[in-house]
Amino acid sequence: MSFFVDSVIMFTSQVLFFGFGWLFFMRQLFKDYEVRQYVVQVVFSVTFAFSCTMFELLIFEILGVLSSTSRYFHWKLNLYVILLVLIFVVPFYIGYFVVSNIRLLQRQKLLFSCVVWFTFMYFFWKLGDPFPILSPKHGILSIEQLISRVGVIGVTLMALLSGFGAVNCPYTYMSYFLRNVTESDILALERRLLQTIDMIISKKKRIGATRRMMYLRGEDQNKQTGFWGMIKSVTSYPPGSENLSLIQQEVDALEELSRQLFLETVDLHATKERIEYSKTFQGKYFNFLGYFFSIYCVWKICMATINIVFDRVGKTDPVTRGIEITVNYLGIQFDVKFWSQHISFILVGIIIVTSIRGLLITLTKFFYAISSSKSSNVIVLVLAQIMGMYFVSSVLLMRMSMPLEYRTIVTEVLGELQFSFYHRWFDVIFLVSALSSILFLYLAHKQAPEKNMTI
Amino acid sequence: MASLDRVKVLVLGDSGVGKSSLVHLLCQNQVLGNPSWTVGCSVDVRVHDYKEGTPDEKTYYIELWDIGGSVGSSSSVKSTRAVFYHSVNGIILVHDLTNKKSSQNLTRWSLEVLNKDSSPTRVIVTNGDYDREQFADNQIPLLVIGTKFDQIPENKRNEVLTRTAFLAEDFNAEEINLDCTNPRYLAAGSSNAVKLSKFFDKMPGFSDRKRFGAGNFKNLHYD
Repeated sequence: MSFFVDSVIMFTSQVLFFGFGWLFFMRQLFKDYEVRQYVVQVVFSVTFAFSCTMFELLIFEILGVLSSTSRYFHWKLNLYVILLVLIFVVPFYIGYFVVSNIRLLQRQKLLFSCVVWFTFMYFFWKLGDPFPILSPKHGILSIEQLISRVGVIGVTLMALLSGFGAVNCPYTYMSYFLRNVTESDILALERRLLQTIDMIISKKKRIGATRRMMYLRGEDQNKQTGFWGMIKSVTSYPPGSENLSLIQQEVDALEELSRQLFLETVDLHATKERIEYSKTFQGKYFNFLGYFFSIYCVWKICMATINIVFDRVGKTDPVTRGIEITVNYLGIQFDVKFWSQHISFILVGIIIVTSIRGLLITLTKFFYAISSSKSSNVIVLVLAQIMGMYFVSSVLLMRMSMPLEYRTIVTEVLGELQFSFYHRWFDVIFLVSALSSILFLYLAHKQAPEKNMTI
Repeated sequence: MASLDRVKVLVLGDSGVGKSSLVHLLCQNQVLGNPSWTVGCSVDVRVHDYKEGTPDEKTYYIELWDIGGSVGSSSSVKSTRAVFYHSVNGIILVHDLTNKKSSQNLTRWSLEVLNKDSSPTRVIVTNGDYDREQFADNQIPLLVIGTKFDQIPENKRNEVLTRTAFLAEDFNAEEINLDCTNPRYLAAGSSNAVKLSKFFDKMPGFSDRKRFGAGNFKNLHYD
C-alpha cells in the first residue's frame, strides 16, 4: 500500500518537473524561434524531469521520507531511464537532426542517423579505456560500465564549468577590474565607426558608377565582332576594371574595420553600464561579494593542488567535520543526529539548487550565443545531453558531501565505482580550468586598454 | 565624394530572416552565395532612377543599411545600434514567412528606431505592444518584406499570406513576399518591382524637408 502511495508521489513530482522543463524551454530557450519539431521539446523536458527526480530522491534519503524499499526501487528505475535517455535517445536524435540539415543525405535519414549513433557508441565505449574506473568483476553489459563513462564526461564538464566560474565570478563582480571609460571615449569611437561606414558608402558608390559606365560602354564594345575584335577585346580591357578590384579590396578591409569598431563600441557601452551599476547599492553589495568569492576561489585552487600533490581524498564530509569541531573545540553539546540530518539537508539542498540554476543560466547564455534558426534543434539536444550528464555526475560527487549514513544508498544504487578516482579527476580538471581561465582573462584584460589607446 | 542628397534606408529584422541576402539582391541583382552573420552594420548601395521616364528623372544612390542583431539584445548592443538610426529616410522591415515570431518582433524593431527619433519633449510610454497611434504620426515610409516564400508548405500558404497582409496594414505599409535566392521575384515589370520602385520614389521627397534627428542630435554625417 505504501509503495503505491510513494509511487504516486514520485510520479506527481516527475510531472511537475516535466512541466517546469517544458515552460523553461518555451519561455527562455526558444523564445525567438518557432518550435516545429515537438519531439525536441519533449526530449529536453524528459531529461530535465528525470535529472531533477534524482536530486529529489537524494533529499528524500536525507529526510527519511517514503519507505526505504520504494526509495531504492525508484532510484534504480530512475537511473535506468536516465541512462536510456542519455545514451540511446538523445544521441540518436542529435544524429537525426544533424543529418536532416545536410541536403545530400536527405533520402536515407534513418540509416545515416543510425550510423552516427553507432559511431557515438564506439567512441563512448573507448572512453573507458584510459581511466581506471572499473573493478574487473563487472561484466561487459553491466550498468556500471555505462554509468562510469557517463560519470567521466559529466565530471569533466562540471570541473571545467566550476573552474571557469570560480575565476570569472570575482572578475565580474569586483569593480577593481573595471576599466575607466568616459563619455567622450564612446563618442569618439562612435564617430570613427560612422566615418568608416561613410567611407564604405562612398567607395561603393564609385564602384556602382564605374560599373554603370562600363555597362554602357560595354554595349558599344560588344559590337566589335569578328576575329580581330575578339583579340582586341582580350588585350585592351577597360581601365575601369583594374580600379574596381582595387576599390573592392579597400571596401573589404574597411568592412572588417567597421565590424571591429562596432564590437569595441559595444564593449565600451557595456563597461560604462557596469561602472554605473557598481555605484548603486546593489553594485556595492556585489563588489563586496566579489572579494569574498576571490578568497574562496584561491582557497579552492590551493585545496585542489594539495589534494593532487599529497594524493589524498577527503575522508569526512563538511557536515560531520563541522559538527566535530563545534562539539570538540567549542564544547557545545547538541543532538548530533538530529542536527546532522538537518544541516546536511540544507547544505545538499543549496548545492542542488545553485547548480541547477547555474547550469540553466549558462546553457541559456550559450544557446543565445551560438544558435541560429537552422541549428537550434541540434544545439538544444546537445544542451540536454550535457545537462543530463552534469546532473548524474553531481549526484556522484555529492556523495562526498554527505554523512556516512546517507552515502550508502548512492553506493548501492550506482554500484561499486571508484569514487575516489572521480574526485581526483575533478580536482585535476578544476585546477587546469581555473588556471587557464586566469591566464585567458589576464590576456583579455591586458589587450583591451591597448586597443582603446590607439584611437 | 558623396552626392548632395543622401538617401538612407534601414533594413531591420530578426537574426536569420535573410536581410543580407535581400540587400545583396537589391543592390547587385545577384543572389548572395555565402550568407554569414552580420556583425554591426553592413551597407550597400542601390542605383535608383527616380521618376523614371518623366522629365524629372534623376538618378539617386540609395544606401541600404543592413543592421544585424536581435530585438532581445543586451542594452549595450542596443545603445551601439542607436548610432545608425540618425537621419533615416525609410525603413524596410524584413520577416521570415516560415517563422511567426520574426513577424511579431517587427513591431519592437520599428519602435526601437522610431523612439530614437522622437523629439525629447514627447515621452513615449509603451510596453512594446503595438499601438496604432504611434504609427499614425510616423512620417518615415515603411515597407514590409517577407522572405523564404518558397519554403511555405502549399496548404499553409493562404493562412500565412492573410496574416502578413494584416501585418502590413498595421504598419500602413506595402508588402512584398519573395525568395531571396530567386531574382525572378524582382524581375522588371513584376508587381513586386513596381511596389519597390514606388517605395523608393517616396524617398527623395524627404531631402527637401528637414531630415529627422538632424537638428536634435549630433550630426555625424559628412555631407
